[in-house]
Order: sequence, then structure tokens, then C-alpha cells
Amino acid sequence: MKIDLLIQHGRLIDPASAVDEIADVWIHDGRIAGTGCFSGKAKRTIDARGMIVCPGLIDMHVHLREPGQEWKEDIASGSKAAVAGGVTRVCCMPNTQPCLDHAGVLAQLAARNQAVGLVHLHPIAAVSKGLKGTELTEMRELAAAGAVAFSDDGKPIWHAGVMRKALEYASSFGFLVIQHAEEPTLTAGGAINEGWVSTQMGVPGMPAEGEDSIIARDIMLTRLTDARYHVAHISTAGAVAQVRAAQQQGLKVSAEAAPHHFALTEEEVLGYRSDAKMSPPLRTEADRQAVIEGLRDGTIAVIATDHAPHHEDDKRCGLECAAFGIVGLETMLPVSLMLVREKVLSLSELIAKMTVNPARLLNLAAGRLAKGDIADVCVFDPDEQWTLDRNRLYSKSRNTPWHGKTMQGRVRHTITAGKLVFSLPEAS
Amino acid sequence: MKHLFGIAELSAERIRHLLSISASMQGINRRSIKKAPALRGKTVINLFFENSTRTRTSFEIAGKRLSADVINISASTSATKKGESLLDTGQTLAAMQPHALVIRHSLAGCCHFLADFLPHTSIINAGDGAHEHPTQVLTDLLTIEQALGTTITGKVMTMVGDIAHSRVARSHLLAAQKLGYHIRLVAPKTLLPVQVERFGCSVSHDFDEAIEGSDIVYMLRVQNERLASACCFPSVREYHETYGLHRQRLARAGDHCLVMHPGPMNRGVEIATDVADSLQSRVLEQVENGVAVRMAVLTECIMHRDAAAAEAAENEDEDDED
Amino acid sequence: MPEIIFDDQQVRKSLKRMAKAMADDEVYLVGIRRGGSRLANALQKRLRKQGVTVWRGDLDISFYRDDLEQTSLHPVVHSSELTEDISGRHIWLVDDVLFTGRTIRAALDELFDYGRPASVSLAVLIDRGGRELPIQPDLVGLQYTAPEDALIDLHIEKDHEGKSRWRVTQRAR
Repeated sequence: MKIDLLIQHGRLIDPASAVDEIADVWIHDGRIAGTGCFSGKAKRTIDARGMIVCPGLIDMHVHLREPGQEWKEDIASGSKAAVAGGVTRVCCMPNTQPCLDHAGVLAQLAARNQAVGLVHLHPIAAVSKGLKGTELTEMRELAAAGAVAFSDDGKPIWHAGVMRKALEYASSFGFLVIQHAEEPTLTAGGAINEGWVSTQMGVPGMPAEGEDSIIARDIMLTRLTDARYHVAHISTAGAVAQVRAAQQQGLKVSAEAAPHHFALTEEEVLGYRSDAKMSPPLRTEADRQAVIEGLRDGTIAVIATDHAPHHEDDKRCGLECAAFGIVGLETMLPVSLMLVREKVLSLSELIAKMTVNPARLLNLAAGRLAKGDIADVCVFDPDEQWTLDRNRLYSKSRNTPWHGKTMQGRVRHTITAGKLVFSLPEAS
Repeated sequence: MKHLFGIAELSAERIRHLLSISASMQGINRRSIKKAPALRGKTVINLFFENSTRTRTSFEIAGKRLSADVINISASTSATKKGESLLDTGQTLAAMQPHALVIRHSLAGCCHFLADFLPHTSIINAGDGAHEHPTQVLTDLLTIEQALGTTITGKVMTMVGDIAHSRVARSHLLAAQKLGYHIRLVAPKTLLPVQVERFGCSVSHDFDEAIEGSDIVYMLRVQNERLASACCFPSVREYHETYGLHRQRLARAGDHCLVMHPGPMNRGVEIATDVADSLQSRVLEQVENGVAVRMAVLTECIMHRDAAAAEAAENEDEDDED
Repeated sequence: MPEIIFDDQQVRKSLKRMAKAMADDEVYLVGIRRGGSRLANALQKRLRKQGVTVWRGDLDISFYRDDLEQTSLHPVVHSSELTEDISGRHIWLVDDVLFTGRTIRAALDELFDYGRPASVSLAVLIDRGGRELPIQPDLVGLQYTAPEDALIDLHIEKDHEGKSRWRVTQRAR
């Protein structure tokens, strides 16, 4: 019998099973049929010599814009961007139009994703109806329809009383609540980080305390409610310190960092570059170092992109007016590999933050490459240098601060449930 | 120099050069036929998205005195789509091939933004949000140096008021670093941007203390309704008491101290009428000199003058026979 | 290397002759910056010795040039200064070297933005030929035909005793 797909001679890194060795991986019927030394026949073989073979990446923070803003992105284009970045599982945020606050919308998403068939789609549903921050959504029904966590991302859950109830209700059923931590009365009108850069540019700023103060409150509420609380796109030194302290106290507090927050600083916006504008904003070098330290010591368990596609018209209007957000799916892996080059993390630790760690947080049976697992695999060259051209992105949008920059590390093949869904054109 | 975005892009030599050209323009403004042909056949568009009678008029007169064709456009914008309409308006006007666009807009960085899309037009900043207002500061420098009869280097300027929202303040803070004068900022913390001391200025909350030893007191306009509702100060009454310039307070600085204001003044708020109209006030000279400075800026930008001022340290052998 | 075409003595002699030719009850000298202004100062000194009342003015023609776009402004642009009204007066426009005539054209334009003189006459120290406009001097100190691409400069320097020395040189462009 011939197996479906053989990935030969790669360096297999599977953090969940503490594997890091040169090995073959063979796949049959959409599942991992075995790892080690393969002898037999395969219908298709990928030569992975010099490559890393790891579980398909999981991005737990993506704005797919469907339904409602398909000119920015949709499931098809977002999935193509994901697999080009080695991502096989996409958690999509609820701030669509209509928003993900009803099981019917989730069913529609699932059907659309099945038709596209490139990635596994795991919706993160709204905490409040209409993302209005006043009434809770039907979390149990949404979870049954596939929601893996709850968030009003794009907006914070600002009202302390509503947040308390959301944490209490969600934790009654073990659901995770993800917070976009921003105190809007402190950040109102702000476009970039408040500090020396905003003072020089004369642009209204958003102070780090706008993020820190909400997290401080939420940690108190997490203690009160014994809930599972997750900080999205953590960006300040103060926030990292609070999350670390909460974890040391045994609270179920977790955090994710976006590549731009550990790779770039607020200076990126000098010259009024709207492609470096996002929320939370790029912060200071001290904040960047604190995020890196949080990744190193495990305070921050997950790397997620906050992939936020925007049309040129929403970005090409001056820094203060431009929309918040950048695309990230296609740059997540190469940008994050800097953590390995700078010896912050081992390759295995880095991969864990994009595979098994988010899988555990979201209770997904994924992010592993053991026999019998669903065969989601990413094959990448950790050393290849290439220049990012925003006009060659698979995403519909072009809003990236890395245009024209040199990337190191490149995804060669992506396999979702045993199906080869992406091969780098010149590598296939 | 093709564009004038701000003081940030100018070297000390370039500032000196612009002031020198401005001084020579004053001659044209003081004779009976106030016109020279330097910009004949050039088109200047004043594109103002914010109301500003004095700056717009000053640029208009400046252009006309140099024989340029000057067109004024007052564009209004809705708050949400202001950036988009700036680009559309800029591109539309640029398609008519003007030599220079003079822009006033509430968006900081609007000149940098537009210049990327309008490669053939000189962009001159007439005030962008809370960022920069370079021609105002050049005007102030010309006025100060002519009033003092010496350069501003080493002098002390006490600047009072809404620093946080002031483009004039930022341009002065940059100019002070380049030309070596010292700025003391005076305001409550609610009106100071964070880390402003990194410009190399000193910061005080006590006007009476800061005004002593000042060569120049520079009062900024306070938009009282807006700032009071934003909790920046409790009332005009308390603001005037604490940070207003009145006669007794000015006396602490002495008779030599110049009083300046970029206008328009709120009499009885940041400045008392007797001070505004006193002999120490240089407010009207500021307005007069604004025309000469803008004539110099238009000439330098439209003619794409790149001859570095330094290169011309070319010996000034003004020796006369004796 | 610049070559000296007229020395101190030759210049002084022609200055004396020019001052003599200009002498009247009163004379209004308008120098074109910068060389013409220095020459006007020298003429003023000599005229005063003869008991003539001299009015002085200076023009900086930078903003009246017809080649403003090709050349760069001299970094130090001086103001034009005509403090005494020129209307109804007989004006001597003074320049050091007369070449194409374009500078004189610009100076005439500027002069008329200050008022309406009764007459304008042109005095130059050196007429080097090469005119491109119908402009001729009324009074010439030194006649010299220079090659078209030559640069003629008037210098005034102090010697080691502090005495002024005039010199006219020619160099290749």
C-alpha cells in the first residue's frame, strides 16, 4: 500500500512530544501515520532536507473581515494568506458585520470555510450582543456551534460590571474570555503611543496606562470570579508585569503577543507612516524588551498576529485618520524567528507558542505531530532570506510595515488535514 | 529647498539664510510700489482647511508682492473623512500645475502625507495640526532679532499657555535647539505634552517665577471653551489669574522684555489689553514681518533653491576704499 | 590664475576722471550691489572733495533678475536702500563691469518701482563689451574688450600698510 504523503529528511520539531530530530513524517487519510524512518512507498514525497517540519501553526487572533467587509479580506483570501504563512488553524475575531454573536453566523462561516477548504476555522465569538458591551451573548450555544473563546476584540469590555458578569458566566462553563485591554477614556483620540514620539509629532497619543489600568482591573475581577482570562496583543511593560504577578498568584491569566510588538517600536511611525499604526500601538524600546522577556520566561505563552487587513483607502489618509491594524499572517513566522536568532527562545519553544500552547488554551486537539493526529504540518526553511513585497501578499490588503524589508525564514509547504494546501511557487 | 514642512528639516544655516532673504524682502514692503517680479508667472495655491485670516492673507500678500498668481481655497472638512478629502483636493489642485501649495490643515503631518503623492509641487506648511508652523516661527525670529539688534542665541524665551496643542510651540522648541536660545515653558501639566523637557527646554508651573530674567515672553492663544470642557483648566478666571500676562507680572521681567503672541489674541484671557498694546508688545511687527518671511519662503521653495547657505560663506569683502 | 588687466594706478586715474565728469551742484549715485556700490562709494568720496552734494542709494537686483531660476540667490541678499526719494531727480546708476546689459535692465526695473526719476544715466568703471540688450553707458572709466567667456572682476584690498589697492582681473570661466 502506498501512503498519501511523505515528508522526508526534515528536522522534525514537535514541542508537544519534546521531539527535535531528523526524521520522516508520513501521512495517510488526513492523519499522521507515523514519524521516524520511513520505508515503503508514498504517492507523493516532499524532500525536507535542511527544513524544519513542525505542526501547522495556530493563529488565535485574526480579523478575516467576512462577513461584511469582504473588500478588505474574506475567508478565501485570508485562508490563502494563512497557509502561505504556515498557519493551518485560524481563530477569527467577532467584529464582523454582522458580528459573531449568534450561532447562525457561525454556521454560515463554517459552511464558507468548508467550501474554501484550506484551513481549520475556529471562531472567537462575541462576549456581548452586537459588541455593545451591555448584554451577554448565548455563550453555550455559540460554543456548541464552534466558538473556542469569547471576546469583544476591536473594542474592550469596558464596563466593570459587565466584565464581572462575563467572567462569571464564561467560567461557569470553562470558557476563555479574551480582552482587548484599552481604557477608552484614556486613549480617546489617540493614534500612536503617547510619549516622546507623539510629543515630537504633535499627534494625540494613547498612554501605556490605558492598557495597564484595564488589565489591573480585570485581574482583580479574575481573582473574584475564578475565571480564565486572556490578554490579547499585550504591548506594555506594565501589562507584562501584572500578568506575570497574577500567574505567580495562581490566577488563570494568560497572554499573547503580536510579532510587531516584539519586533518594532513607536519610532516606526516617524514620518507619519500609517502602515505602522495599530491598536494597541507600537510602544517604546523598554516595552518591547519587556514583551520579549515575557515571551522568554513564559509569561506570554502565545504568539498571535492580530492580522487586521484594511483597504488602501482606509490607510492612505494621513496618520491620525488612518485605520488601526496591519496584516500579519504572512509575516508571523519569519518575524518571530528573530527570537531564536537573538537566543530568546529555542526553535522548539518558539514553535510551541504558535502551536501547542494556543491549542491547549483553546482546548483544541491540535498543534502536535503524534501518530493519529490530524495531519496539519508546516515545512519551512529557517534561513532563507527574502524581501517582502506587499504587492505579492496573498491577503487582499497591503497594510504592512515590512514592505521592502528583508525577512529571514520562509514557509515552503503547508499541509492541512493531510492535504498539501500551499507550496512556495519556486519550491514545488 | 523644495518644500517647507517644518523647522525640523531646516539646518541653522538654512534658517539664517531664510532670515537674511526675509530682511531684504522688508525693503520691498516698505516702499510705495510694493511689487517685485521675482515670481512672475508662478502660481501659488493657498489651501486652507482651517480658518486663518491672518496666515492666509499674509501668504496671499507675500505671493502677490512677488508677482505670483495667488489663488485662495477655503476647504471645509467633515471630521471623519478629513484625510481622504485632503488627498483628493490636493491631487485635484496639483493637476492644475501650481508651483506651490500652501497648506493649513488640522491633521499633523499633512504636508509629509501630501508630498508623497504630489511629486511636482512645492508643499509649504502653513500649520499642520499640533505639529509645526514654521513660517510663524521664522517671523518671530526676524522680529526678535531686529528688536533686540542682536541674534537670539543665548536669550531666554518664556512661553506660556497651551503647549500641548500648539504647533508654534513645537516649531520654537526645535528652532531653540538649532539656534541656541533657551525656552522656559509655563503651563499646568494639563496643557503640556508628555516628556516635553526632552526638547531641552525647562518647564515651570509658576509664571511669576519663570518670567524673571526673560528676554521674550511668548503668550499662546488659549481656546478657552474647548480646553475648559476637556478639563484642561477650571475657568478662564483662574487661568487668567495664574497664567495671564498683566502689567505687574511683566514688570518682574523688566522693560527690555519683548511681548509676543502669534495671534489672534484673547484679550483678558492670556493677555491683558494694556500689555497687548504696550510699547513692549511686538505683536504688530510679527504680523508685518510675516509677509517678508513668507515672500522669502515662497521664493526659496518655488525656485528650488538648493545653494546651501553655508557654501556661500564666500568671502563678504565689503571693504571700502578709505 | 587671474590675470591683472588694470592696476591700482589705472583704476584711480579713471575714478578721478569719472568724478570730474559727473561733478554738478548735487549728484544722486545709485550703486548696484555689490561691486557698483563700492564704486559709488569711491566716486562719492571724490565728488565730496570737489564740494559736490552727494546722495547715495543702493539696489540689490536679486528679485529682478531674468535668470532667477537658473542661478541661486547669493546667500546674503542685501536690501535695496533708497532712503531719499528719487522722483524728479537726475540719477547716476553706477556699476563696476558692464557686460550683457541684463543687470542694468533689472536695475532700471527696480529703480522705477521706487519712483519716477527725471533722468537716469549709467556710469561703469569697465565696459568689457558683449552686450545682449540695447543699453549703453554714458560714462566709462576703462574700455576693454574681453573674450566672451572671460570673467572680469574688480577687487579692492588693503595692502600691508592698510592702504586700499584697486585691481581688475580677468580669468577663464
